[in-house]
Amino acid sequence: MKNRVVITGMGVVAPNGVGIEDFSEAIKKGTSGIKFLQQLKDLQFSCCIGGIPPITEDLKAQYFTPLQLRRFNSSSILYGCIAGIDAWKDAGFKVNKDSDVDFDSGTVFGTGTSGVEVFRESIYKIDDHKVRRLGSGAVVQTMSSGISAYLGGMLGLGNQVTTNSSACTTGTEAILLGYERIKAGKAKRMLVGSCSSSGPYIWGGFDALRVMSYKHNETPEKGCKPMSAEAAGFVPGSGAGALVLETLESALERKATIYAEVLGGNINSGGQRNGGTLTAPNAIAVQRCITDAVKDANIEAKDIDVINGHLTATVKDGLEIENWSKALNRKGDNFPYVHSLKAMIGHCIGAAGAIESVAAVLGLHEGFIFPSINCETIHPEIEALIAPYKIPRKMIKQPTNIVAKASFGFGDVNACVIFKKYRDSSSLKNS
Amino acid sequence: MTQQELIGQLKIIVKPYIQDEEAFKIMTPETDFINDLKINSANLVDVILDIEDEFDIEMDTQSMEKMLDVKSAMDIINAKLNV
Repeated sequence: MKNRVVITGMGVVAPNGVGIEDFSEAIKKGTSGIKFLQQLKDLQFSCCIGGIPPITEDLKAQYFTPLQLRRFNSSSILYGCIAGIDAWKDAGFKVNKDSDVDFDSGTVFGTGTSGVEVFRESIYKIDDHKVRRLGSGAVVQTMSSGISAYLGGMLGLGNQVTTNSSACTTGTEAILLGYERIKAGKAKRMLVGSCSSSGPYIWGGFDALRVMSYKHNETPEKGCKPMSAEAAGFVPGSGAGALVLETLESALERKATIYAEVLGGNINSGGQRNGGTLTAPNAIAVQRCITDAVKDANIEAKDIDVINGHLTATVKDGLEIENWSKALNRKGDNFPYVHSLKAMIGHCIGAAGAIESVAAVLGLHEGFIFPSINCETIHPEIEALIAPYKIPRKMIKQPTNIVAKASFGFGDVNACVIFKKYRDSSSLKNS
Repeated sequence: MTQQELIGQLKIIVKPYIQDEEAFKIMTPETDFINDLKINSANLVDVILDIEDEFDIEMDTQSMEKMLDVKSAMDIINAKLNV
């Protein structure tokens, strides 16, 4: 029999809230974490707004030793470690550097690119003939798997410890990779999630691609407008999200809090065919990813209450809604509620799928649908497909049962995960 | 600078990296960085960078390889400073 997989711990470092409590409060209120960033202005970015999680030196010191912080300059690893440790503790585990290695627990913790700040410092030193001055941290902070390496050591993980990378799909993919490992009986617990650095060196390429919003530099909190007629491009964000996945059996045995169940999902690619390119999605593949996720979760399309979309506030939002509508064969009043967390925190690139999944699971657990802010006028393409009230502009306090979360990324890659509210044994999915 | 003062300065430099407080408290020229102070071998390169910054000197590869205990560090620093 395949293991059922549940979520027993979560941690988050988001532009509008660090820690589950603050984040939950912020997303219910529709609080934006997007600010004007002088550094981007000084560097002549066209988009001068973005989302950076507020991390104080005091907070850093609670997670890292002074030694770990020496020559440490990787914001993605910083965010990932805080979110990961928080999730681990939230699940009821202790963090102790002298603990025994735990061969039943591992991590899949993704990132788009690691330690870009350290790369920059290193390149300057190397070009200045000072390679010997790089110090001991240059490798571990710049290797893609830096984040899983840091977390593996901090938590004493002895199962698989790895980093996945699939552009903006990374976080959602990490959840599904961990889920599959537990389901297959190869681990009891997997810490899954993803993280992404802040700042010009990670965001610059997107500014150059002209996909970021440059129209709201004076009104940062209004800058990210998913599904809106005024959507003007994405707003960059950063941070990390983390979830502890665990066998239902182990969670019940430990009497752990169960936030939700991971029912299943799907990961695929459009192969950059049928209109798909390095940067654009193949619509057929997106629809197939969604329908295959529904099948894998052993539910029906009509069971989905809420869609936590990818919805970046670019011209592709309409196509995404159309893909959901076709894949689920639902439209108008019959369409599920749909929202985008990016309106509040921007597009956190490699971290997006994980932070947004934390929001999705909080909604299930606490019984609310967070508002999709900055969508005063719905885009006509979207309004033609779904009833306007299906995009909650204010928080809806209402229990929901099933959320579909999808992420789509450069390289024409897709991932969709299905979360279900956990009740108790009487709500067994196969009963 | 007396040798006592030099040890004092080295103590400040190595403090963030040491993992054996007892050995650190009684640090003498004979103290070994890795075996006594339990400094992670990867961090030895950081100790060297910090020494270079503190004394405004530059160590060649040979000196770096020799720098495994307090005495050799002191010898190297003294030699560089007296050039």
